[in-house]
Amino acid sequence: MAMLEFDNVDVFYGKVQALRGLSLHVDEGEIVALLGNNGAGKTTTLSTASALVKVGSGILNFGGVDISRANPWDVVAAGLIHVPEGRRIFSTLSVLENLQLGGFLVKDRGVVAKRIERVFALLPLLFERRTQQGGTLSGGEQQMLAIGRGLIAGPKMLMLDEPSMGLAPLIVNQVMDVIKEIREQGTTVLLVEQNARAALRVTDRAYVIESGATTVEGKGSDLLNDPRIIDAYLGA
Amino acid sequence: MSGSTFKSQAPRRTGPAAAWVSGLLENKYLGWIALAAALLAPLLTASPYSLNVMTTAAIFVMLAAGLNIVVGYCGLLDLGYIAFMAVGAYTAGIVSKAFELPLLFTIPAVLVMTILAGLIIGAPTLRLRSDYLAIVTLGFGEITRITANNLSVTGGPSGIYGIPKLLTFGDFSVHSPAVFYYVTILIVAFFVLASARLGKSRLGRAWRFVREDEDAAEAMGIHTYKVKLMAYIFGAVWGGFAGVLFASHLTAISPKSFIFLQSALVLMAVVLGGMGNMRGVVVGALVISLLPELLRDLSEYRYLAFGLLLVVAMVFRPKGLWPAHGHEEERKKKEPEQTAVDAAVSRGESR
Repeated sequence: MAMLEFDNVDVFYGKVQALRGLSLHVDEGEIVALLGNNGAGKTTTLSTASALVKVGSGILNFGGVDISRANPWDVVAAGLIHVPEGRRIFSTLSVLENLQLGGFLVKDRGVVAKRIERVFALLPLLFERRTQQGGTLSGGEQQMLAIGRGLIAGPKMLMLDEPSMGLAPLIVNQVMDVIKEIREQGTTVLLVEQNARAALRVTDRAYVIESGATTVEGKGSDLLNDPRIIDAYLGA
Repeated sequence: MSGSTFKSQAPRRTGPAAAWVSGLLENKYLGWIALAAALLAPLLTASPYSLNVMTTAAIFVMLAAGLNIVVGYCGLLDLGYIAFMAVGAYTAGIVSKAFELPLLFTIPAVLVMTILAGLIIGAPTLRLRSDYLAIVTLGFGEITRITANNLSVTGGPSGIYGIPKLLTFGDFSVHSPAVFYYVTILIVAFFVLASARLGKSRLGRAWRFVREDEDAAEAMGIHTYKVKLMAYIFGAVWGGFAGVLFASHLTAISPKSFIFLQSALVLMAVVLGGMGNMRGVVVGALVISLLPELLRDLSEYRYLAFGLLLVVAMVFRPKGLWPAHGHEEERKKKEPEQTAVDAAVSRGESR
């Protein structure tokens, strides 16, 4: 069953149409990538799912419930967590405080503490840096912190917006490994990436978005060899 | 940004004297010591002039504590904060004169009116951000003053005078300046303590997240609009009660008491003291309200000196005299690694 489902969704920024009848679905336990050029609508898709941007028309369901008119905090409470582009960590707050924000909607502090422990186990470098200000972390560490913060909310599904942005190739691989590990631990992942090669290595399926609609859909391994994808996104 | 934080942390490593000073500044009883000092001050000097200055300073501390919730905790730049003081002062003045009640009994009305004012000003303006919010709050501050200037119920330009005492029963009334000073100190201390506690509450954490990055806070499930409105309402209530004390202290209020300069001075106290750190804000408020009095010997040059000192202070302490610390203190403790994090994690808090 589809965990997240877009069916013929239109989204407008004022008069500009950002999504044009976009349809996609993410099943439970999958890692799905959204590929596409700048301005294709990848980030808008995530922002729409997390209700930061309102749906113009179409169907948007999460876990079988209509969320097209929901508020961001309702979506978070339902277990759909958005890790925004550019990491957006709180640079003057400590790593631990950043993680605690992830558990803001979780009333039980014991649960938050357990999840923080689990994130520290997954990302030991965050434990080493727990008292440091977020802004003093390296780019890769900040990305790990942003992902860790998302995990504290106890997501059923995690949406990551360009986690590889501005990172060295080696660090990109580490981030992708973490994403795989998150899925192994039972969280569905929707991944937006410009770095198609890195993304396709870990994803089960991928969509290509062009001008606000999905144009190609396929298995990650198939798309890696798809001539259309190679020409447009991977380079020869 | 982090550079100056490190600078302010640096003296801790320089020697025992510096360590002693920073230990003193971090002392959790410091607030109580300051309260004791305020209560003992009239034993040193109790002339009507000094009591007047000290009472005014205490009321100013309360205003700064309120604005610190809005600007320091939540990061909403409010250039019309004095409007809330005006609402509180006018409500107390009008109600107490109309019903011939001591000011204390106007508190329910003041509470309702300031919350309403916070909602009326906050609900539309908080959809705006940064500079736009600042300009609109500036406008509301002026609207409030001009409205008071033009209504007959507020006494127009001449305002309201002969405002009753704070409390009267039988022969006893709070009319001696010394008694009023003590009452003011206790009320202000309560509100300062309450705002410091608020900053450490769950709501206080939400304010800090909104201040740091509103979009990220919203993406993590914080109802940012509600949280910002709460900051505004708390700020309004603090300002309103400061207004009650102000009306009682002067027994007369007029629109001239609520000009933009007053909003700017309160904001200056918050910025000078160190946004977000309640202790720093109290220090900033005392500096802003007492310095012009201490410089009185310079007669007409005193505001020049005042301005110069403020500029110097901001050059050498750009984050305020006593900024909110960067939460790095845990590192210097030589505790075993595992227990440190276990404790921090299981407490579920940052310090």
